Amino acid sequence: MAGIRGRLTRGEQSGDRRGLSNKPVDKRKTLLRLWRYLGRSRYLLLAAIFLSVAGSALALYGPKLSGIALDAVDLGAGKVDFSVVWRCAFWMVACYLLSALLTYLLRIAMAYLSRDVATHMRRDIFANMMRLPVGFYDKNQAGDIISILTYDVDTVNTTISADAVQILQSVVTVVVSFLMMLSIAPVLVLIFCVTVPLTFLFSKWYAGWTRKLFRARSQKLGALNGFVEEMLTAHTTTRAYGREEAVLREFDEKNDEAIKAFTTAEANGTMNGPIVNFISNLSLSFVCLFGAVLFYRQQVTLGNLSSFIQYSRKFSGPINEIANIFADLQSALAAAERVFALIDAEPEKEDAIDAIELETVFGDVQFQQVDFSYLPEKPIIKKLDIHASPGSLTAIVGHTGAGKTTIINLLMRFYDVDGGRILLDGKDIRDITRKSLRKAYSMVLQDTWLFNGTIFENIAYGKPDATQEEVEQAAKAAHIHGYISRLPEGYNTVLSDNGASISKGQKQLLTIARAMLLDAHMLILDEATSNVDTRTEQKIQDAMRQLMKGKTCFVIAHRLSTIRSADNILVLDQGEVVEQGTHESLMAQKGHYYKLYNAQFDSAG
Amino acid sequence: MQKLMKYIRPFWLTILFGLAIKFTATYIELQIPKLMQIVLDEKVPAGLEREIYLFGGLMVLCSILAMVMNITANRIASRTAGKITKRLRHELFDKLQHLSPRQMDAVTVPSAVSRLTSDSYNVNNLIVRIQRIGVRAPILLIGGIFSMMTMDVPLSLILIALLPFISVVVYVVTKKSVPLHRKTHELQDRIVMISQENITGVRVVKALSKTEYEKKRFDGAVEDRNKVSLKAQKITGISGPLTTLILNLGLTILVVVGAYRVNAAQVRPGVIVAFLQYFVMILNAAVMVTRVIIMCATAQASANRIAEVMALPEDMLLLPGEEAEKNAPHIAFRDVTFSYSGKGNNLENLNFSLERGQTLGILGATGAGKSTILKLLLRLYDVDAGKILMDGRDIRSIPNEELREKFGVVFQNDFVKMTTIGENIRYYREICDEALLSAIADAQAATFVEEKGGLTGAVDIRGNNLSGGQKQRLLISRALAGKPEVLILDDASSALDYKTDAQLRRALRQNYETATKIIVAQRISSLRHADLILVMDDGAVIGAGNHEALMESCGEYRMIAQAQMGEREEGA
Repeated sequence: MAGIRGRLTRGEQSGDRRGLSNKPVDKRKTLLRLWRYLGRSRYLLLAAIFLSVAGSALALYGPKLSGIALDAVDLGAGKVDFSVVWRCAFWMVACYLLSALLTYLLRIAMAYLSRDVATHMRRDIFANMMRLPVGFYDKNQAGDIISILTYDVDTVNTTISADAVQILQSVVTVVVSFLMMLSIAPVLVLIFCVTVPLTFLFSKWYAGWTRKLFRARSQKLGALNGFVEEMLTAHTTTRAYGREEAVLREFDEKNDEAIKAFTTAEANGTMNGPIVNFISNLSLSFVCLFGAVLFYRQQVTLGNLSSFIQYSRKFSGPINEIANIFADLQSALAAAERVFALIDAEPEKEDAIDAIELETVFGDVQFQQVDFSYLPEKPIIKKLDIHASPGSLTAIVGHTGAGKTTIINLLMRFYDVDGGRILLDGKDIRDITRKSLRKAYSMVLQDTWLFNGTIFENIAYGKPDATQEEVEQAAKAAHIHGYISRLPEGYNTVLSDNGASISKGQKQLLTIARAMLLDAHMLILDEATSNVDTRTEQKIQDAMRQLMKGKTCFVIAHRLSTIRSADNILVLDQGEVVEQGTHESLMAQKGHYYKLYNAQFDSAG
Repeated sequence: MQKLMKYIRPFWLTILFGLAIKFTATYIELQIPKLMQIVLDEKVPAGLEREIYLFGGLMVLCSILAMVMNITANRIASRTAGKITKRLRHELFDKLQHLSPRQMDAVTVPSAVSRLTSDSYNVNNLIVRIQRIGVRAPILLIGGIFSMMTMDVPLSLILIALLPFISVVVYVVTKKSVPLHRKTHELQDRIVMISQENITGVRVVKALSKTEYEKKRFDGAVEDRNKVSLKAQKITGISGPLTTLILNLGLTILVVVGAYRVNAAQVRPGVIVAFLQYFVMILNAAVMVTRVIIMCATAQASANRIAEVMALPEDMLLLPGEEAEKNAPHIAFRDVTFSYSGKGNNLENLNFSLERGQTLGILGATGAGKSTILKLLLRLYDVDAGKILMDGRDIRSIPNEELREKFGVVFQNDFVKMTTIGENIRYYREICDEALLSAIADAQAATFVEEKGGLTGAVDIRGNNLSGGQKQRLLISRALAGKPEVLILDDASSALDYKTDAQLRRALRQNYETATKIIVAQRISSLRHADLILVMDDGAVIGAGNHEALMESCGEYRMIAQAQMGEREEGA
């Protein structure tokens, strides 16, 4: 868990980018926490325990009854005691029926139990995901987080709910069968002194050995999947460069490795079946052999022997399963560690108890001597001073990677400053609740974000009570209404990944429409129109101006013409503001800005 | 399924050999209860103690033989299946790579990936299972019944009467639950989708304070999935207890009927003991057989999905080469008309020509047909009417390998691979490091490549450790590294700041003089020095000429230029 925290405190970030890796954790603690999840549904758990014990006990009584019946049969032709046979048959049917019913009820109880456990776990994870700082997602792969939420939770859940009961059932079966066998023929039980340790040794060795093989198999298969997904996405590029053969050769290598790992795991993994069958056949042979001798010496009856054989099969069943259960438990523990690491990942620092809830916002923003870095050895922003008065437009320009987006991360408190402070209307933003601070801004980002939902829902995302009219108004202002109304489903069109028909430019217009619906006092535009073509951009100019009117605006733009009217232009270079001023004053300085501005028209060099 | 036979056939001898071993092993295993019955009913009453030991030893021997042979057969099965799958995947991947983009769009990448991985995995599993269980279970079934028949026919009939019941239970339960399981998977995908959205959109979600809303959305998705999954489990849960119940009731009937037959001196009591063993063995086999049948259905669906792709026809054939036109321009479009969907043309009657070393600029709104021109030139799609000529030859008559060698391309949001920077630029071609480095320098990428560790520096999946501008420069390096005859840049420098963009243009002009350049951009500054600029609107050219001519003649162009350059143009 320390590893995860390390991820989040920038100070400890190392070269390893995968934050959610396994770290050795106290196993007992992990088990205890797992137990607590089960404990939340303790009545279901109790019911499950009762049902499994009762069900297995009833099923186990069957062979005993058939043994009694057989003894009545073994009296020989014409001497069979039918009253005993029928009585036994009746009780056998009763036992089996009841046992089947209880087993089915158990299955249902287990279904509910596992649902509860998985749901609680997923909720806890997602709730924490919502509390995690933005930086967490900048450092951890989405795929990794999602695999915890799905695959790892499922693994833990199947094991603790299904295996826990199976273990319980197995224990009941083993103990009862053992006692039954002991009561029938103690001498024959000695056979198991040979086969049981044999099974244990085999299981232990086998579990360790195959786990490695299966791990290698999953890993190689994962590598192949990753490669295939990557290269099929690159289909057009590969074709454009005519590199199909070379790519196929690399595919063959990966495929070869995957198949090799698969075959090895498969070939050795399937040894389990025959070997377990062998051990059980071996026990059977011994039981039969020595049983026959005892029977011959009239120390056991035929019925006894038959019951004994049936019990011995039941007895060795769970014992043979030990290898599998043990492996399952191991993988469940590993998965649980990943789950808990995510649940324990340090959330955004709580707002201070006396944090202020912003009510009226004037929009006066000041950066005072702000220092910031994502990595301690690479300062991004040094001693930055900015002042944006209410209703002013601050533009931020500079090369790619000069730290423009970082300023926005700081304004919205996605990250906190390392030194200095940021004031909003004279208050340190760390003394303001995050929620009200963020509510004070509308923003349109370069990476357009839309979710699987209707166009209406996407536009109204920030204002759930928006009317159809308001949404259409916003869409019209963003010049996307025409496009939307031409869609067969109009505003009810569901946006999905597969609906690739919507272009990047249109996506950006939708996010602009979303921002237009918000009624915030400050506005952040991070390359808000970078994907919109110039003609459309012109058309939405008015709307953008309307959107910016009376608001404190922070604008990042490549097209310098769009920010010429800014009240203050910050020219960033290597994290430092190298120039600051209006367009005219900066042009007059003939410095960085002058060069940047002229470069956009300079294609002759 | 028949189409799969092609891949299985080369291995039929091995498979047959494996099956023979399996057959023998299963037969031997079946002898164990039989041997036991002989001991109990004949050797014990007769008091032949030595023979009891002999038979006991025989049983142990049978167990060992069965184990060794089963393991061998299973190994053979896994290995053959592996080889078959390898071949199948190889050909499938090859086929997928050679699909035209139009075909790939129809198949979709996620579906292609799942065909190549999970579908081929399903098929592989089936091949293994059929070899392992497909033989073992029927032999256990038939052999077991046969052995029982030799001991006592009426008692065997009890078992045979039970088999259909078990099959029906397994079959019905599976049939009913499979759609529910599938539905559960779909709903699970929704949970994944919501999580993914929340991870990528974390800034928006937090900025708009929608965390509570998102939690509800997530809980709702989990709830939906739970409902279906519970229903599925309630149905699946029946199968286990019910088959066991049928089996146990069978055992009870066996004991009762057996009692009558022993009483009538028709069987010996030991037969009942042996039968109790056979019952368990055979009924397990019956369940296995039913499972394999169900698996066949799943694998069948997978096999069909694979076969579907394999059967796609080659859709862009090579035309016979005609005499090349003399003194032809390097690139010429002649009355080119094209439509992606077949209705509504995406390009109409497009004409232009370019001499070697010239630069073409293409400008226009989203969806105007800019990228389409490039895709047609690369012959990723074939024209519907008209033709495209390179050095006077119809590109449809130039073999793909030869045609594509000529180009260096950067598409919009082009592909960045998770490997080193060097490999990303080399992109499976044979290009020496020096050439890579000079391409990097020309693409204005030298500084950041240096920072990221040079050619061996790592690139994360989808280039996540690079900024938009860095990614674009990496891709431009890739296009330049092959010293192409034709350089195509589709909105490839939009994330570069103006200064870098200008430096890039200067490098292109100085070091790639002979390359014909086609540049799609939204910024006029990226295009204004092109020899020819096409202004596109809705699939048609609404303005063509150089910057000066267009400023005169094309209102649209002038408007865009003024919007982008503002009063600088007036002052200049």
